[in-house]
Amino acid sequence: MKVSYAHMGTSVMAVNALARTLDYEIVPPTPPTESTLTLGVRHSPEFACIPFKIVLGTYIESLERGARLLVSGGGRGPCRAGYYGEMHRRILLDLGYEHEMLFFWPPLRSPLDFYRKLRTFKGAASWPRVYRALRLTWEKLMALDDLEIRSHRVRPLERCPGDTTRAFRRALGLVDAAETVEETKKARSGGLELLDSVPVYTGDPDDLVKIGVIGEIYVQLEPFANFRLEERLGELGAWVQRSIFLTNFARTDILQRGDQGVAKTAAPYLPENVGGHGQSSVGEIIQYAERGFDGVIQLAPFACIPEIVAKSIVPRLSREYNIPVMTLFIDEQTGEGGIQTRLEAFVDLLRARRRGRKDVDDAALSGS
Amino acid sequence: MDVRVRSPVEVCSVLRDAVIGIPRYLSYYSFAPLYETFFRELGFQVRLSPPSNTDILDAGVRETVNDACIPIKIFHGHVAAIKDRVDFLFVPRLAGAKMHYTVCPKFLGLPDMVRGSISDLPDIIAPRLPMGRDGLQGLRSLYRTGVRLTGRRVQAMRALHNARRALGRRINQIQQGGLEALGFDQPRDADLTVALIGYPYMLYDTLASGGILGQLRALGVRVVTPEMVSTREMRRHARAYPENLFWYYSNRSLWAGMHYMTSGLADGIIHVTAFGCGPDAMVNKLLELESARYGAPFMAITVDEHTGDVGLRTRVEAFVDMLRWQAARKEGLT
Repeated sequence: MKVSYAHMGTSVMAVNALARTLDYEIVPPTPPTESTLTLGVRHSPEFACIPFKIVLGTYIESLERGARLLVSGGGRGPCRAGYYGEMHRRILLDLGYEHEMLFFWPPLRSPLDFYRKLRTFKGAASWPRVYRALRLTWEKLMALDDLEIRSHRVRPLERCPGDTTRAFRRALGLVDAAETVEETKKARSGGLELLDSVPVYTGDPDDLVKIGVIGEIYVQLEPFANFRLEERLGELGAWVQRSIFLTNFARTDILQRGDQGVAKTAAPYLPENVGGHGQSSVGEIIQYAERGFDGVIQLAPFACIPEIVAKSIVPRLSREYNIPVMTLFIDEQTGEGGIQTRLEAFVDLLRARRRGRKDVDDAALSGS
Repeated sequence: MDVRVRSPVEVCSVLRDAVIGIPRYLSYYSFAPLYETFFRELGFQVRLSPPSNTDILDAGVRETVNDACIPIKIFHGHVAAIKDRVDFLFVPRLAGAKMHYTVCPKFLGLPDMVRGSISDLPDIIAPRLPMGRDGLQGLRSLYRTGVRLTGRRVQAMRALHNARRALGRRINQIQQGGLEALGFDQPRDADLTVALIGYPYMLYDTLASGGILGQLRALGVRVVTPEMVSTREMRRHARAYPENLFWYYSNRSLWAGMHYMTSGLADGIIHVTAFGCGPDAMVNKLLELESARYGAPFMAITVDEHTGDVGLRTRVEAFVDMLRWQAARKEGLT
């Protein structure tokens, strides 16, 4: 049976590897485009969030290309994403697509259910084989994360705009082509070298404007959904740090109920886990502020409930921790130009604040 | 630890007759007798915000984060309307009771949203009320609130007991007496019954519902709502429906919708939903798909801050006309 799944940034490479190792014939999801979104929007409830719509569009495209089994996962509320599998299944059935949907719940919250589904998914493959497949997937995820983190550091300093992105794409190609754990490790170091070979300006990286990116996972990880936000910020000369990477997400959110440290930091402002990444967003603003970041960008899909709860607490955090926070709610109407303008303005503002602070410091020094 | 009241005991040892403000919105529509009786029995004065009106809506739209749904905005408006006239503000935090049941994230973070958005607030009493499949499960944190406020365990226990009984009586009244028990008249000789599906704070709040109950009455239609479905029926549909929606209010809407679709107790179904309501995006689509399957007439009405009652009336009239026409045709055929 041909299998397919949602497309979420670079993670798709790791998932491809997993399915291939388990002897599935795969229909690798293509990166979402405008027409994917249009397709998704047409068949989704109006107030479903943008990840729902993009993923639905991706599923339809994959089903058209012959996929019969869709694999996905989600929590058990309170974020709506936990119901998206069931919702997608019904909408696709209503549209007349014959398919099966395998929707995984977090393993530790419903272990039996997880085991059953895993057994269905593994098919005839032996358990040691499953272990090897997972091992390779994990290795790939780590390599992808490392490459991405490095690209964020290199990009703001690149001499020739676009060099980093080109090197990064080539590095991704290396990881994608790797078929064993050893090859992946080699691809990782090769990719890092590629990124390090990008010609850069010398200078103190501490002088760069530092921006933390927080918010909902899908719009953080899928470049199509966030208009390649990190690339744009990097090219504006800002060093970006994202709160969610796949490997830490796998550790904290799939196996546990979120990052306990962040939850604790957030507790005075939001003591309750409101689902999704709402509570993390609150805690992470505080953490970024304490680590001396210049600003924070909150990325969220329009109508994302947990992030709306977080956003209503943002003004208070921004005031009390003296850190500018810009929220970008993204929907199908969001335009590239609008995003670019807002990002430029935000980076300008952070630079000006930084200069202002330095002037104040200098004045204080000369005065003493 | 969820009750975040700053040194309430000292405050209340001075203010024996403190005024507790309860916003007349959201969970108030489900648990009014519980909240009111509890605080009265503890010896406090209870002050409710006025019934929703356009001033409240405007204040809510002004104060709340702009991406929030209409009900959350209206709630903020209610808070703004009474915050200066009370000593404490009661903003319960509804939460999940069991692993597979919870509520919309906005209920989970309600006290925090209010604190983040509105300045100069009195102390907020925010007990965590766990919601299970059938409703409130365990009121320990309400009891603890009572103890903290008064310092008297026995009194708190008694207040809680009476409050719970008041709530139980109310629920029975509504299940047996229907809408009349909630203070809405029904037409005497109605030829049609319409199931109005939606959350209590959407249906029974005249502002939020756009006055749809009154319009249906004027058209001579009898109305039934999710509150009139017995717990037993709800459970039956919970079992019959394979996927649990996990939000308390949304599950109730869905199950009640299924009940009226399958039982033939209603001629048509109207889903009243709020602009920007996240869970309803799911509920509405599910009801739409199910109604097509059962051949039940279905209409969704989305209320936003601009909904004029003329547009609403036109749609309701058209729907009712369609139902009557269908009924007449059926009669003609037999």
